[in-house]
Amino acid sequence: MTRGHLPSSPWGEGHGERKRAALLAVLLSVSASAAPLKLWHGYRGGEEQALEAAARQFTAQTGVEVELLAVPYDALSSKLTSAIPHDAGPDVFIFAHERLRQFHRMKIVAPSTRWLERAAYLKPTVDALELDGEWYGYPLSLKCLALFTNEAKVPTPPATTKELEAMLPALSHPEHAEFGLAYEAGDFYFHAPILSGFGGQLFDAVGKAQFDTPAMAASLRFVRSLQDRQFIPQEVSGALVKSLFNEGRAAMVISGPWFAGEIDPSVRYRVSPLPTVDETGLPMSPFLGVEAAFVSSRTKSPEAAQELARFLSRGAATLERVKVGRQIPAEFAAYDDPAVRSDALIASFRAVAERATPTPNTLEMARVWEPMKLALRGVLQGGVAPEDAGKLATRRYKALHREAPPPANPAPYAAVLALVAVGFVVYRARRGTGRAVFDAEAVRGLEYVGPAAAGILVLVIVPLVVGVGLSLFHHDAGDYTFVGLANFTDILASKGYAITEPLSFYFTLVVTIAWTLVNVVLHVSIGLFLAILLKDPLLKLRGVYRVLLIVPWAVPNYITALMWKGMFHRQFGAINGLLALFGVEPISWFTRFATSFAANVTTNTWLGFPFMMVVSLGALQSIPQDLYEAAEVDGASKWTQFRRITLPLLKPALLPAVILGSVWTFNMFNIIYLVSGGEPGGATDILVSEAYRWAFQRNEQYGFAAAYSVLIFFVLLGWSRVTKRLSGEEAA
Amino acid sequence: MSARPLPRWKTMALHAGLSVLCVATLYPVLWVVKMALSPTQSLSLSVSPFPEAVTLDHFRDVVGATDAQGRWLFGRQLLASLVVSGATTLVGLSLAVTAAYALSRYRFPGKASGMQLLLVTQMFPGTLMLVPLYSILQALGLIDTWGGLVLVYATTSLPFCVWMLKGYFDTIPRELEEAATMDGASPWQTFTKVVLPLARPALAVTALFSFMTAWNEFILAATLLNDAARFTLPVALQRFVGEYKTEWGHFAAGALIVSAPVMALFFALQKYLVGGLTAGAVKG
Repeated sequence: MTRGHLPSSPWGEGHGERKRAALLAVLLSVSASAAPLKLWHGYRGGEEQALEAAARQFTAQTGVEVELLAVPYDALSSKLTSAIPHDAGPDVFIFAHERLRQFHRMKIVAPSTRWLERAAYLKPTVDALELDGEWYGYPLSLKCLALFTNEAKVPTPPATTKELEAMLPALSHPEHAEFGLAYEAGDFYFHAPILSGFGGQLFDAVGKAQFDTPAMAASLRFVRSLQDRQFIPQEVSGALVKSLFNEGRAAMVISGPWFAGEIDPSVRYRVSPLPTVDETGLPMSPFLGVEAAFVSSRTKSPEAAQELARFLSRGAATLERVKVGRQIPAEFAAYDDPAVRSDALIASFRAVAERATPTPNTLEMARVWEPMKLALRGVLQGGVAPEDAGKLATRRYKALHREAPPPANPAPYAAVLALVAVGFVVYRARRGTGRAVFDAEAVRGLEYVGPAAAGILVLVIVPLVVGVGLSLFHHDAGDYTFVGLANFTDILASKGYAITEPLSFYFTLVVTIAWTLVNVVLHVSIGLFLAILLKDPLLKLRGVYRVLLIVPWAVPNYITALMWKGMFHRQFGAINGLLALFGVEPISWFTRFATSFAANVTTNTWLGFPFMMVVSLGALQSIPQDLYEAAEVDGASKWTQFRRITLPLLKPALLPAVILGSVWTFNMFNIIYLVSGGEPGGATDILVSEAYRWAFQRNEQYGFAAAYSVLIFFVLLGWSRVTKRLSGEEAA
Repeated sequence: MSARPLPRWKTMALHAGLSVLCVATLYPVLWVVKMALSPTQSLSLSVSPFPEAVTLDHFRDVVGATDAQGRWLFGRQLLASLVVSGATTLVGLSLAVTAAYALSRYRFPGKASGMQLLLVTQMFPGTLMLVPLYSILQALGLIDTWGGLVLVYATTSLPFCVWMLKGYFDTIPRELEEAATMDGASPWQTFTKVVLPLARPALAVTALFSFMTAWNEFILAATLLNDAARFTLPVALQRFVGEYKTEWGHFAAGALIVSAPVMALFFALQKYLVGGLTAGAVKG
């Protein structure tokens, strides 16, 4: 950053225009040879169409091509942070401002201070893009929460919580699944305005997150009482809010501008600010999210990239985004457009935005979500009193955001490593002399193995060794510090949480072992059972059954996971539908450990039994038929035959499959991550998914995650020793 | 359980039981078919696996998708998936076959520790190798290329393929090769003309596994590829499942399209599955 070269005062409007004209001239003159600009974003539907149209306008004006890439929003940030430092990223990208601090620390975003005309945009949107006196990116649109009311049911929107609570009883009929208010209460984004209304400050004077405050307890009590009186539904998802509002079964909804696109045209609605809390007299002030076009710090054509990002945030491009993408613009000028001025939705949101506070773009903010989600769900699902939720969140917060371990001196480690290496070489040399013969056979053998060995060395062994090496480092925003074994001692000492809590290594290890055991037992027993049913060669339709029963194996496992996740949905899932046929109340599968674990196991069993069935079929076919005939003659029962003939003879074939299956299941990331997602509160996470979270969801703590992986590796290595002994006894 | 036909009532019971199990197995798949054919994008609470109204709109949307430049995305992505998976199978299989044969037949230094090392690599969680892998591929100039993906898929599936093929080669009697050598065949000829044809079931299964690895993988593909027209199908499918909104109809239609080729391969190769998977372990 070269702050010294920057002008001390912001550019005036006129100055900016003149500069822009000059820039355009430059661009036009070089456009023939200019490389296309890459633009990455996370938009879908109308927003994506609007952006594409805006990009076409840019190309028409400047002659510079724009290549767009849409990436799912939740994957965009990690893709940006891995691609840009490797010069494989975009020139311009669109993201919400709350990640700005992280992007800045990873040095992937370039300042826009010299080009940004700050007076052209709504003030809070410009404020959101400031870091230490520099501005980054160009504000495009804003998003915040407001109150949507069904005009037929609520003629005047409530201005205070008293008015709200007076209206709710008449609007709520839980016996008909009708509610006065619906919103995603389990998500902190939706709870934040309520917290602010009760006077809650999420950050203390030095900017550290604080959870255990009276306002937190009061706000949670308020929500809990709404739920207890059945004014709001339980376990709300976005899809439920949408269907309740559209079917007239929710009179009011708290949501953002995106919700307007989901409302049925037949529903007449109004958008107004969230009510004021009577106890404090404070308005519920939602977070203001600002989407901005950022310029990459590694772009090859910074001028053109700045121009593209600026172009997207202004004039015709803004109108396109407003009209086609239904965005709430950040640019003042857009509000003068006649079509925008007559748009009630946009006018209402502009009014709401004036009461909103930009989501802090601090690192601390990124650390709040997971603890708050835990606290909110704990209160709403029962089990945690509103007064204790703050403490719960604080504990989780401390556990997740461990202080960086002190740097260690690498010299002793290097010395130990060198000693081990020397010892190994000496050992091999003394033991191996005379045996390492490079005769013709050995040369041919090495020739045959060579290509595979080279490939494995470069793309498997090297990353693996680097991964192991990483476990001795602490990673923070692209910088690695050597910390020795501190990551391991932190994990093994279960620093920051009791060993009986989710998140502790031991708790997760027990869950992982239980998970592996239950799955392998179910796979083998179901597979073997089916194989025995199917082995009779005279059975008609045998081939058809076999084909149908291996279908689950052929379905990609992430599809299986998402499919079952849908089937376990509380309101719309087929499983609860089936249970309802037997008069069972709908179960919310992912709120309790036992049911959540069961859902994971069911999914993985469905996916895994065909493999064991096929292996068992092969093994059964290799057992000589006359053994059974002889047993029959001796009068042995079917059960005795199974125990004395089938099982012992199956063992050599099944054992390798069981070992392989157990290693696969132990590291079965997709199912855990996609089905239960670790719910409730990380309790159903297994070691691999926990390692993944540390690496990619909790501040990129690669070193800590690598230490987890090394421990997983040691557990499996120990397990392979055990199984080796088991199969060794077999051979003896 | 013997070769004699079962009594009639037992056969009936067996068929009834197997039919129930097949229905239970296929129920989730039918559910996806229903979602793909229903006109809505949301889940619907009904137990019946048959759609109330049938439309091909979701398939049309998924297959007909084009990008801002008017390129036919689905066609290109299907091609990408086929090329990447096909190349992975070819590269992976040729590397695995030669290595497995050497490990089964020849004695050379480092053989035993090499086999151990292969097993050990299977125990380190793959997601954690993503970070170093990215840097290695950058050094090789392979980011955002199909070649990079093919190399990574082929090598990461190698340990499993080598182990399986070696187990199978061990069961093929050496006498056959010795006879061929006596008849004047070179080692390479013996390998390609005698051993490989005999190992057909294991080759089929190994090929199927390599193909599936590449066809289904999406984390690495989503990280490495930066152009929608070069995405493989699973990466494209990922877009329908957002954190805040899932287009279930599109996802289901896409899921069926992605699963169909693998299922077809499974059915085509299923007669090899039983023998290919277990022969090594049973006889060896």
